Amino acid sequence: MAIEVRIPTILRTYTGDKKSVEGAGETLAELFTDLDTRYPGIRERVVEGEELRRFVNVYLNDEDVRFLEGIQTKLSDGDNVTILPAVAGGAGAEPRPAGVVAGRRAGAR
Amino acid sequence: MRYDNPLAAVGNTPLVRLARLSPSDNVTLWAKLEDRNPTGSIKDRPALHMIEQAERDGTLTPGCTILEPTSGNTGISLAMAAKLKGYRIVCVMPENTSQERRELLAMWGAQIISSPAAGGSNTAVRVAKELSAEHPDWVMLYQYGNPANTAAHYATTGPEILADLPTITHFVAGLGTTGTLMGVGRYLREKVPGVSIVAAEPRYDDVVYGLRNLDEGFVPELYDESVLTTRYSVGSQDAVRRTRELLREEGIFAGVSTGAALHAALGVANKALRAGESADVVFVVADGGWKYLSTGIYTAPSTEAAIEALHGQLWA
Repeated sequence: MAIEVRIPTILRTYTGDKKSVEGAGETLAELFTDLDTRYPGIRERVVEGEELRRFVNVYLNDEDVRFLEGIQTKLSDGDNVTILPAVAGGAGAEPRPAGVVAGRRAGAR
Repeated sequence: MRYDNPLAAVGNTPLVRLARLSPSDNVTLWAKLEDRNPTGSIKDRPALHMIEQAERDGTLTPGCTILEPTSGNTGISLAMAAKLKGYRIVCVMPENTSQERRELLAMWGAQIISSPAAGGSNTAVRVAKELSAEHPDWVMLYQYGNPANTAAHYATTGPEILADLPTITHFVAGLGTTGTLMGVGRYLREKVPGVSIVAAEPRYDDVVYGLRNLDEGFVPELYDESVLTTRYSVGSQDAVRRTRELLREEGIFAGVSTGAALHAALGVANKALRAGESADVVFVVADGGWKYLSTGIYTAPSTEAAIEALHGQLWA
């Protein structure tokens, strides 16, 4: 079962600068474990414990997996997985008080 | 249809079935043609609502100057309304937005202040907030945090769609200020049990800093994740490919962000098809292709050439 995985610039040090690699697995969790056998260290950058890291977003066929079943999302042959860093840390974040959001937006950048 | 004045003609746009792009007879795509608004985009709705709300609460009085960070459409809508109502308007816009948008703003008498390309809309917002502090008498309507933006869609776009298509199962729109998704989404969730509200978020190439998406730390005050059922991240390639398909298959000449919405709409439609469910999927055509003609994406000989043509430009 081949899954195409698009790798963000920041993680290409693990893939020998390759923009996309192939992997296998019934779920995202299995896919990341599989990738780690050939690109050691990459899993650690995406997964923390049994969850996606907070500041990493993963998309299955462009759909945010946080709205699917997270790291347990099932995969099928021919699927596309995209990993993206969340630069400033807004990733699929839990709702915050509006005032906090406003403060960060006005001041952080 | 007859209206008393041009501003009264905002809204009441067509909803059209797309037979060729729909995956099956039971899974149907519908396009809400928001390019049919007076200035050619969906932004006429929030712009008019924000101005009229500010007039009602006394923030906006005759002779006032309106200030707004915008990558184009909202500024164009506000400038048109400001012209007709007699306000001065200053727009802060990233420098890497298309020439057409600048011409349109200038045409309606808006003053344009360019913000650096780096940081895109985030930077435009910051520059506008600085200007607002320097000019306390200017009125910043601030589309990213103004409840009248969401209210416009709750009061008009949502009811129009439901009246035209009571069997709607999915609503798909681009995620920018989030006003469309929040307003239509809340309205439909109240009226249609089980309806899916789907966001299509732009994903730019590494070279473009003009990010306007949540992952760049840009979280509009209007955004409430609980309204969404799911979220798609659509790259420039897919957005361009779908924009061209929409033109070729259905004869709809739309802007590039519409291609992103169509891509997400096809994503949920195909999932429904695989699950053996019937679906009526509505997606928003936010604007026409006119403002993007100079990119050459509509006439490029191939999708690859079109993608190359768009490279490095803001499209949503």
